Amino acid sequence: MKKYDTKKVNFKVFRYNKEIDRLPYYESYSFSVAQDEVILDILNKIKWEKDGSFSYRRSCRHGICGSCAIKVNNKPVLSCKERVFDLIDIFGYELVLEPQDIKQAIKDMVVDKERFWNKYSNVKPYLVGEIEAHPKLEYIISAQESDKLDEADYCIQCGNCFYACPSVQVNGDYIGPAAFVKAFRFNMDVRDNAKKERLDIVNQEGSGVWDCVKCYECAEACPKELSPIDKITKLHNQIFENNMAKDNVATRHAVGFKDSIKKHGFLDEGELVRYSEGNVGVLKHVPEAIHMFKNGKLIMPWQMPKSEKLDEIDKLIKISSTVKFK
Amino acid sequence: MENLKYAFFVGCTPKQSTPELMQSTLAIAQAFNIELVELVEATCCGASHMQDYDDFLSLVLNARNICYAEKRGLTIVTVCNTCQLNLATAKHRLDNDEKLRDRVNAKLKEVGLEYRGTSEIKHFLYALIDDFGIDAIASKVKNPLKDLYIAPFYGCHNIRPHEVHGSSNGNEDPYRPTSLDRLIVALGGHSVEYGHKNKCCGFHVELQAPKTANRISGSAMLDAIDNNADTMVTPCPLCHLRLDVQQKNISKEMGEDISIPILHMPQMVGLALGISPEKLGIKHNIAKIDFIK
Ligand code: SF4
Ligand code: SF4
Ligand code: FES
Repeated sequence: MKKYDTKKVNFKVFRYNKEIDRLPYYESYSFSVAQDEVILDILNKIKWEKDGSFSYRRSCRHGICGSCAIKVNNKPVLSCKERVFDLIDIFGYELVLEPQDIKQAIKDMVVDKERFWNKYSNVKPYLVGEIEAHPKLEYIISAQESDKLDEADYCIQCGNCFYACPSVQVNGDYIGPAAFVKAFRFNMDVRDNAKKERLDIVNQEGSGVWDCVKCYECAEACPKELSPIDKITKLHNQIFENNMAKDNVATRHAVGFKDSIKKHGFLDEGELVRYSEGNVGVLKHVPEAIHMFKNGKLIMPWQMPKSEKLDEIDKLIKISSTVKFK
Repeated sequence: MENLKYAFFVGCTPKQSTPELMQSTLAIAQAFNIELVELVEATCCGASHMQDYDDFLSLVLNARNICYAEKRGLTIVTVCNTCQLNLATAKHRLDNDEKLRDRVNAKLKEVGLEYRGTSEIKHFLYALIDDFGIDAIASKVKNPLKDLYIAPFYGCHNIRPHEVHGSSNGNEDPYRPTSLDRLIVALGGHSVEYGHKNKCCGFHVELQAPKTANRISGSAMLDAIDNNADTMVTPCPLCHLRLDVQQKNISKEMGEDISIPILHMPQMVGLALGISPEKLGIKHNIAKIDFIK
């Protein structure tokens, strides 16, 4: 029989009790870890063998309740799903265990998820439809119709995407990836009647989909591999398809690419800024522009590079366009 | 070793706002005898914005871009993380979804093209490290960067989402990327360890949410400075436009003076190879590269 493999690992663990500690601190625990052990086994060992006051959330132990999410060396994980050996492969033999958001820590791994749930409840995360109070039959949707949800209904609200999102971190208003996934999920449900209302919510400047920085942190963070950013792209698409795109910097920015590619093949950077910001808004970029001009980073319109085969590009744009903006 | 040859997808910024990236890329390619055949028919990749407006159109245009590399029988080299991700995403989707590929090819057929999926797509950083080889690079170093503490700034779109990049970025782990660190060491420099090396620069909301963009870049730059970096280096011109051009606006938002030289990856390589600052376009950098005499 193959020898059972074990490895000695040092865990540096975030400790904090909001009620008594002025500041958080880190405590080190060493364990010999077996190849099939997951991070939740380590959390259990700390509590059962080292310090009974150690606190963390867990319930299902099967990757379905979403309560055991934490960060290991800044990588968002579900404790009950993440094998320690896989983490050793990435980070080596010292692993740092931290709650999802250290600024919101209540006790050790436990965070106050109020902000997460508030954002979530903002997007009408439920079916809005005319469904009888006491139906006699189930309201079944076809397999094709449920495919459209693109697995968004598998979200377990673990919050990994939300707490990994840099836009969430710097902008308190930003709705964030998990709630967008939920908005998408119900917008794709054929039984639902609140699509436009939801689109109105996610279309707001400052809090909606336009403030996503496209970093793909959420795509890496999601234990269910739902790629929240792809759902965000689809919400952008729905906004255009439903003629709900407002005429603003963000939408013109997306649309401007098409016009520029048609004209030059390339993006005309200066023109994109002017078109997106408008003739007045563009003035706020003058200081950088002067600097860039001095350093040879701005070209004149007549110097604009052009792709070869512009006719072919033009034709392809004509026959492949699927959306119109005004 | 046979000389390397690639189809060069230039993208938009190297011919406009980052001429220094174009110059330094060509200079080091020449020094390494790497042939770059410009894809003169290519269009803009859509910069991760066009798909928000018209996803199918953006896919068709990128499929067309790839077709011209396939015609030449070459692997594509990109010099921008976002170009890399957009092309690689198109490839990933087309290679894994036959129906979608047929829909796209129906359009391409009307201009006499067909997407077949025969060309790989690589960022220049990985062409250098994985194809040319880190030892070969090290053997060409004339001016080791030995007194420099360099903070590698990887940029999102070269490392995430990992399944789109796969082997084309050497299966880099998005939570612990190593390529730029290894490159810095091969050039004789010290690579700075700091938490923000794999984080975002905020570029893609610069117009609609400048506050968000400035705070995101500001946190990364302060982290690099706090860890004693003399300079930061990035393989992405969009990160460079943020970190280099926007230092005044970033400082204003963060309420403290943030200034640090920002090198493009090929500029850093060029300096170590002993290529002159003029040929590397250093005069175009906005934040002064204060360690070059
Ligand atoms: S891609 Fe957008 S939603 Fe996802 S983590 Fe980045 S900013 Fe947040
Ligand atoms: S989308 Fe994924 S990461 Fe985000 S809350 Fe749902 S399951 Fe968790
Ligand atoms: S304990 Fe339920 S998801 Fe981990």
